[in-house]
Amino acid sequence: MSERAQRLLEIADDELILGWRDSEWTGIAPSLEEDVAFSSIAQNEIGHARALYELAAHHLGTTADELAFDRSPEEYRCAPLVQLRRVDWAHTIARHWLYETADELRLARLKQSDDPEVAGLAAKMDREEVYHRLHAQMWADHLRDEPRFRSAVEELWPYAVGVVDEDLRQALAQRLNLARDTSSIGERGDPSDEFRALWDEMTMVRRSVPGATW
Amino acid sequence: MIFEVFRQEKKGAAFTHAGSVAAPDAVFAEAFAHEQYGRRHESVALWVVPRDAVREVTDFPDELSKTYHRVDGYSLKAKLKEARERAGAASP
Repeated sequence: MSERAQRLLEIADDELILGWRDSEWTGIAPSLEEDVAFSSIAQNEIGHARALYELAAHHLGTTADELAFDRSPEEYRCAPLVQLRRVDWAHTIARHWLYETADELRLARLKQSDDPEVAGLAAKMDREEVYHRLHAQMWADHLRDEPRFRSAVEELWPYAVGVVDEDLRQALAQRLNLARDTSSIGERGDPSDEFRALWDEMTMVRRSVPGATW
Repeated sequence: MIFEVFRQEKKGAAFTHAGSVAAPDAVFAEAFAHEQYGRRHESVALWVVPRDAVREVTDFPDELSKTYHRVDGYSLKAKLKEARERAGAASP
């Protein structure tokens, strides 16, 4: 697989799995308004994944659906941060804030890509991500003095590091105002048990009738 | 806090009341309104206003039945008909 396709899949998998995780809050968010807002953001992420898969699929001679749902857990390239199952709001917001900040750095680099298709899609995604970042920052400010949020950020930081390339990790620490060690926990392509459980549920319907046209 | 949300469907159109959002402060209200009333691209702009800032006026006494203040209190049709007859013009 080309470097380009590999890179597209990494980001697509991050967006799909984070969107999936965030959508687990639909119906149980702390307020109705937040329920609608967070579900909408989750859906946006899955929409970004779809666009990225389509771009990759075109070059790999497959389809977005096959990439999203028909690979084995070992073939997914998502970062350990998005694989984590977080049933606590402080952790969810900590992950959201860490991920969106990392994604901003990653998208800024992609927008500079020599590949016009990749650069164009990155620019489109970034216009929506602006609102995800506003939402994440607003919550991070709101929970800044909350001990549960602060300890969640500490706990998840080593996972956040794994979202971006090594040469962007220091910049990520600076952007988040976290003077931290930039060694990451886990690497892409190493599915956790939590991810395997997610995959099992996510692909259940497609696996129920293999080869069906939906 | 409750914030009232007004939305503009296209540029230049009048803002109309879309609904309200409950939020702890104005920043949250903007984010919530953005997702609730804009995520399907149904708006090009929103006004997000604290409900307390909306001044409501509901009292319109009309004790003396001054119908000439109202659009329905003055029949233009009848007056026009009379005027046309006076001028000898045929009614349309």
